Amino acid sequence: MSDGQLPAFSEDGLRQVLQEMESLFEQNQADVNEAKVGGRADLIPSIKLRHCCLLRNQRCILAYLYDRLLRIRALRWEYGSVLPATVRFHMSAEELTWFSQYKKSLASFMRSVGGAEGLDITQDMKPPKSLYIQVRCLKDHGEFEIDDGTVVLLKKNSQVREQEERTASGEKTGSGHPDVRPFCPQHFLPRWKCEQLIRQGVLEHVLS
Amino acid sequence: MDTQSYLPVQPGVGMEENFLSLDDILLSQERLPARTECAFPRLGFLEKSTDNPDIVEGTKMELPLWLSKGLYDRKRRVLSVELPKVYREGWRTVFNADPNVVDLHKMGPYYYGLGSQMLHFDCPENTEIGQTLLQTFIGRFRRNMDSSQNAYNEDTSALVERLDTLEKALFRSGQSGLNSFQSWEKGQASQITASALVLNYRKRKITDMQQ
Repeated sequence: MSDGQLPAFSEDGLRQVLQEMESLFEQNQADVNEAKVGGRADLIPSIKLRHCCLLRNQRCILAYLYDRLLRIRALRWEYGSVLPATVRFHMSAEELTWFSQYKKSLASFMRSVGGAEGLDITQDMKPPKSLYIQVRCLKDHGEFEIDDGTVVLLKKNSQVREQEERTASGEKTGSGHPDVRPFCPQHFLPRWKCEQLIRQGVLEHVLS
Repeated sequence: MDTQSYLPVQPGVGMEENFLSLDDILLSQERLPARTECAFPRLGFLEKSTDNPDIVEGTKMELPLWLSKGLYDRKRRVLSVELPKVYREGWRTVFNADPNVVDLHKMGPYYYGLGSQMLHFDCPENTEIGQTLLQTFIGRFRRNMDSSQNAYNEDTSALVERLDTLEKALFRSGQSGLNSFQSWEKGQASQITASALVLNYRKRKITDMQQ
């Protein structure tokens, strides 16, 4: 999993480790009492060994939880603030809480920087060369409204359209519009609007 | 530059391990031949060859590194650790002769890591081990660096298979530097790309649905 993916949270694994730690601890407690009261100092190496095992389990659990948090943090930067359901399914309840708190911290930091409006530091991950960029639509994404009011329908193999009718969910209407043309599926859109969609694989940045 | 959002904890350098580093945890899982210098009552179940309820003094066992480090005491009453074959006299002369020939992945994938950790146990050959590790690394470094900086857009498995984990990590960072430079040369450095993470999730979802 070195590519940063988040696998499902292993509740079972964690529970087994915690159970093992409990039983090791109980055995050690019993041996410590016996060593102190019964004078059996020869039990001390065994106590030490069990203690090493406890420390090892603790280290493994902490590293597991910490690594998952690092992956979840990466999700905020790659996916944005709304995670798809498949990913959320892989997170435990505590991790979801952590994610929403991280989002809040990041948002309040971004608001505090850069004057009245704040600064979105999750934008412009690569140095921008122009305000508007050419994009090609790879997947159907429904409607997309730009600041000047024009509405663009993002659909594979479609042209730039205005004022399309919305369906209830805002998704594209069903099968083909009458004048869909399979060529020239490119749009010229403001950079800051598209960056998220490009990173999510909906649009493709076309260099001319 | 391909910006990485997932930054895992790096392995420690030299004799130090990083507590939260997954690589170091895997490294410390490697087994070492050891001999107990005292008895361990009630732990006989760990030693599968006898039915004794206790581990007797003088038993030879293979213990993982983390346990050996934890139990080892300078006064040597508890454990004495032997060097694995790869760090002994015989193999050391092979490494000194020609470091480039050796398959370090087979010699335990954590050759440098484990070797550095062996310095925790006061073996009499510590200085020689340190020397050999250093010389092997220096000897192999030039070739690894050249191959990582020049293998563009090709299958590198033949180059990488004889490298130890430390060298593999260096190779990977060399490759990523090379790829970034090439994409900059082509003028693609300012092209916003889909996040690799997102694409991987999509691919996995598709394969999951196909199963």
